[in-house]
Amino acid sequence: MANTTELTEERFSFTAGAKKNLVIIAIVGIVLTILGTFMAMSSGGHDTDEGHAITTFNENALVASIDDNAPAADEHHAEEGHHGSAPWLKRLFSNLWINNVYFTGLGIIGLFFVAIQYAAQAGWSAGMKRIPLAMAHWLPFAGILMLVSWFLVKSDVFHWTHGDLYHGDHKDDILIGKSAMWFWPLEMGSFPLFYVIRMVIFFALWYLFFLWIKKEMLAEDIDGNTSHWLKARKYSAIFLVIFAVTSSISAWDWVMSIDPHWFSTMFGWYMFASWWVNGLAVITLIVVLLKQKGYLKVVNANHLHDIGKFIFGFSIFWTYIWFSQFLLIYYANIPEETVYFIQRMETSQYKWVFFVNILLNFVLPFLLLMTRDAKRHMSMLKVVCPIVIGGHFFDFYLMVTPGVMQNDGGFGFMEIGMFMVFAVAFLFVTLTNLAKAPLYAKNHPMLQESLHHHI
Amino acid sequence: MEKNKHYVLGVYDDEDVLLSAIEKVRDSGVKIQEVYSPFPVHGIDDALGYKKTRLPIAAFLFGLLGTSLALIMQVSMLGFDWPMIIGGKDFVALPPFVPVTFELTVLLAALGMVGTFMIVSDLKPYKKPRLMDIRITDDKHVMAIDLAGNTLAKEDIKKIVNATGANEVNDKDFED
Repeated sequence: MANTTELTEERFSFTAGAKKNLVIIAIVGIVLTILGTFMAMSSGGHDTDEGHAITTFNENALVASIDDNAPAADEHHAEEGHHGSAPWLKRLFSNLWINNVYFTGLGIIGLFFVAIQYAAQAGWSAGMKRIPLAMAHWLPFAGILMLVSWFLVKSDVFHWTHGDLYHGDHKDDILIGKSAMWFWPLEMGSFPLFYVIRMVIFFALWYLFFLWIKKEMLAEDIDGNTSHWLKARKYSAIFLVIFAVTSSISAWDWVMSIDPHWFSTMFGWYMFASWWVNGLAVITLIVVLLKQKGYLKVVNANHLHDIGKFIFGFSIFWTYIWFSQFLLIYYANIPEETVYFIQRMETSQYKWVFFVNILLNFVLPFLLLMTRDAKRHMSMLKVVCPIVIGGHFFDFYLMVTPGVMQNDGGFGFMEIGMFMVFAVAFLFVTLTNLAKAPLYAKNHPMLQESLHHHI
Repeated sequence: MEKNKHYVLGVYDDEDVLLSAIEKVRDSGVKIQEVYSPFPVHGIDDALGYKKTRLPIAAFLFGLLGTSLALIMQVSMLGFDWPMIIGGKDFVALPPFVPVTFELTVLLAALGMVGTFMIVSDLKPYKKPRLMDIRITDDKHVMAIDLAGNTLAKEDIKKIVNATGANEVNDKDFED
């Protein structure tokens, strides 16, 4: 049965109508952000009701109990706002950072997905690899945004950047112990050279491998030479090794160091799991929406089934990592570790987010995607993907905001608005670049295998 | 003992011929009991018109049973039978129950699914296999038609099967 299907080149056209819709969403997002900022400005500064006071007390007691010989350390916690901006500005910065990390994840997961397919020599995905590739075009923008906003937000989001924590009255022994991770080779408390260089190198490496893999993928369209596939596989394999290390370190740097006294050895995996399942949901959603617009005839229910299984499986993987981190900290009950979860589980601002996080990222995807039909039908994928995408926003919100805002955090128009602005920017870059190349690689050596994929 | 199960067997050596033969035989109103093949043939379950398996439902229910049993066991043991303080936690604390609950859910879902599958496919130890034709373990596909399940006469069925390009059409009888 050697029937090879005749293929014509297919291109996505990013229509003016779609662009207009995105611009409208962005404007609504900006309006919501401004509205949320004003609301935060007018309500900020009097968060001292009983519940908050108790929690604040608990935290300081916990930190103090492990840190008896460094009394200055907990004074820092107690003296909130000692060197911070106004709560509304902190909240704005916190949001900026959440979105930076969240959308960087989407970009890098686009490249990671492509690299996984090459390294595993996967045939099924041959028809849809251009979508994750287009997502990876966000990487240079993400890198610049992250570097610029890091300098903007550092003193409010990253407590450890304050120079006075390393000498004199406010000396913090825990941070001094960790200082080499940030300040090497300079003096601790000065400019965090090692940290900033790491950020630049990670983005540079990711972008470089993205360019190499993309070059081979697009060159294949022109001459159909199998050597492009082999080269892309080689780059992918090297990239995966680099990504294994960089994804973990970027999780410590960009997210875990927001709570600099706290650490978790699971954190690198945890953030990767969150990025990965979120990226899969975005890839799937774009594929489904393109199919419903009449594009991507090469993708059928069998391919959707496979990528649906990916989302189902990695939702459970995320839960597994999340729970492993939680259970160990819960059982060991070491104050310097439990403080992280007390802040997130037992305060009125974050408690609901904590449980909504599990509901959206585990319970709903698990139950909704369990059956075979759910993974094969676009209508169900269109329900589950937004749940996962929103759920992981809450996940990152919970990783970042309590560490930045302590008990002043909130969730409202500002969070929703800024997410919309970033989402539009990301989609603009992705869709513009998707339109620049054919929607699927007509010379991909495994395209026929993909067309006959049957499960 | 008397042989009371009567089959007509169509023997094929090409899976494409087999697939079209299945459609033709079913179109002429003959019910096929089973097709045996030495390797998996793509699309054969669609051609045979098999209904979607309900095994996942059984798996889900067995999993639910595992979840319930695990929780009942742990709550009754640690909450009522022999309460112990472990790590300063409550007697009935949910987080440490999760790994055990998860494992028992998976175990019962898996074992229950295997058990259900063996019962519905009538697989059991010491069962004498009903081998239609020894060549299905080598290079031939065999289409088995149970005469008891069909209203047509044996000769008519044989004619229909023969017309679909079968290499051989044989009789096979078993005692039940």
